Amino acid sequence: MIEIAHISKSFKGNQVLIDISATFEKGKTNLIIGASGTGKSVLLKNIVGLMQPDAGTIQYDGRIFNEGEAENVKSIRREMGMLFQGSALFDSKNVEDNIKFPLDLLTKTSDEEKLDRVNLCLHRVGLENVNKLFPSELSGGMKKRVGIARAIVLNPKYLFCDEPNSGLDPQTSIRIDNLIKEITDEYNTTTVIVTHDMNSVMEIGERIVFLYKGRKLWEGDNKTIIHSNVEELDNFIFANKLMRDLKGGMK
Amino acid sequence: MIANAGQFLLFLAKLFSNREKFRVYAQLILDECVLIGVDSIFIVVIISTFIGGVTAIQTAHSLTSPFVPLYIIGVICRDMTVLELAPTFTGVILAGKIGSSIAGNIGTMRITEQIDALEVMGINSASYLVLPKIIAGMIMFPLLTVVAGFLSLYGGFLASVLTGILKSDEYIYGIRYQFESENVLFALLKALIFGFLITSISAYQGYITKGGSLEVGKASTNAVTNSCIAVLIADYVVAQLLMS
Repeated sequence: MIEIAHISKSFKGNQVLIDISATFEKGKTNLIIGASGTGKSVLLKNIVGLMQPDAGTIQYDGRIFNEGEAENVKSIRREMGMLFQGSALFDSKNVEDNIKFPLDLLTKTSDEEKLDRVNLCLHRVGLENVNKLFPSELSGGMKKRVGIARAIVLNPKYLFCDEPNSGLDPQTSIRIDNLIKEITDEYNTTTVIVTHDMNSVMEIGERIVFLYKGRKLWEGDNKTIIHSNVEELDNFIFANKLMRDLKGGMK
Repeated sequence: MIANAGQFLLFLAKLFSNREKFRVYAQLILDECVLIGVDSIFIVVIISTFIGGVTAIQTAHSLTSPFVPLYIIGVICRDMTVLELAPTFTGVILAGKIGSSIAGNIGTMRITEQIDALEVMGINSASYLVLPKIIAGMIMFPLLTVVAGFLSLYGGFLASVLTGILKSDEYIYGIRYQFESENVLFALLKALIFGFLITSISAYQGYITKGGSLEVGKASTNAVTNSCIAVLIADYVVAQLLMS
């Protein structure tokens, strides 16, 4: 479980996150949603330690992360896996070496064991015979899958995904969402996903935090979200015609 | 300016804090030695050979007095090559070739979140990416300077003998005349310092890149400009300290 309390962050006087508190539960897909520019990615970067909050605390299963000692922070980081928006695969390494990279650096397993683990992860994300391909030879969806395979190769306790559906067609998006959900159930990870994709919200939003102009305005799940009385959240959910029609149908 | 210098020093300090075990760096240093050293040999060979030839011809052209013996051309070529042309010219050439490559490479990794990915894995990205480049630069720059020195003197020899400015034994006598071996050490020390400056400044420029591909281009340009300026300032300071 990840607990964040009273997180604030500003850039050159511009307040991007204002007193945000939330809990992300173990074994669930926790979504941070909101329109573009509301601070979702900044919040995620604070949670994983790529940015330091101006105020507030971040705890991983009771261990303070943002104010801890370097070794403690390092050990928590080694329990994390992250899928980046652009996948962030290393251009100079092929698929196999990309996934093997954390094993090479952070473990002492033998080469055969590493290769077995790489192939297992690739199989898990539905990719076969791509070991020797380079990132430039992969499609957007394949890059995301390789990114997920790299994120889970060390059996992480915490899985983070930054806009996992960006740039993907609807079908591939759903596949990636389902894959993240399956992995969360299988590995019992605390999964935190930043998204503004309503399909994801409705499909895998077991726990949802809605941000608006740097503040948390609502917290709930995909069953209660459409019944919320928060005007800003309503405007976000029912921004497109299909959702408005659906809402009309429900009424 | 002062803030930038401070940030650069903090960046250098970060290279050694929380770094990985040395075995992790061994292969990376070898790879960087190939990129920095072996891949630069061709341009160093071409430029240093021609520079040596041009130095010999222009020196001969300037020496019009019949009282000055011709072997002095060899002496001047040797001293210019060993003390200045080999280390500094090689430094400036490599600032362009290696500096832009390092800044572009790390800058692209920064804007495509590859550096963030390393950080999230718990790896000190600055140390992992930059330290091997600096160590490789400090190993390979002196070696390239030695190659450049030999070829520059050989270029001077070829130009002198082929154009008939002086005979081969006169040139060889000149380059051996009152030879001071400490000058080679000065050249190697300069190359070592240039290797450190070029790789660290270029890596820093790449590492602090923000934005998109346009900014990566700017980072490469800044890397080359700042590295060249640093090389020339260091050249002056080292010359002043060692020659006085």
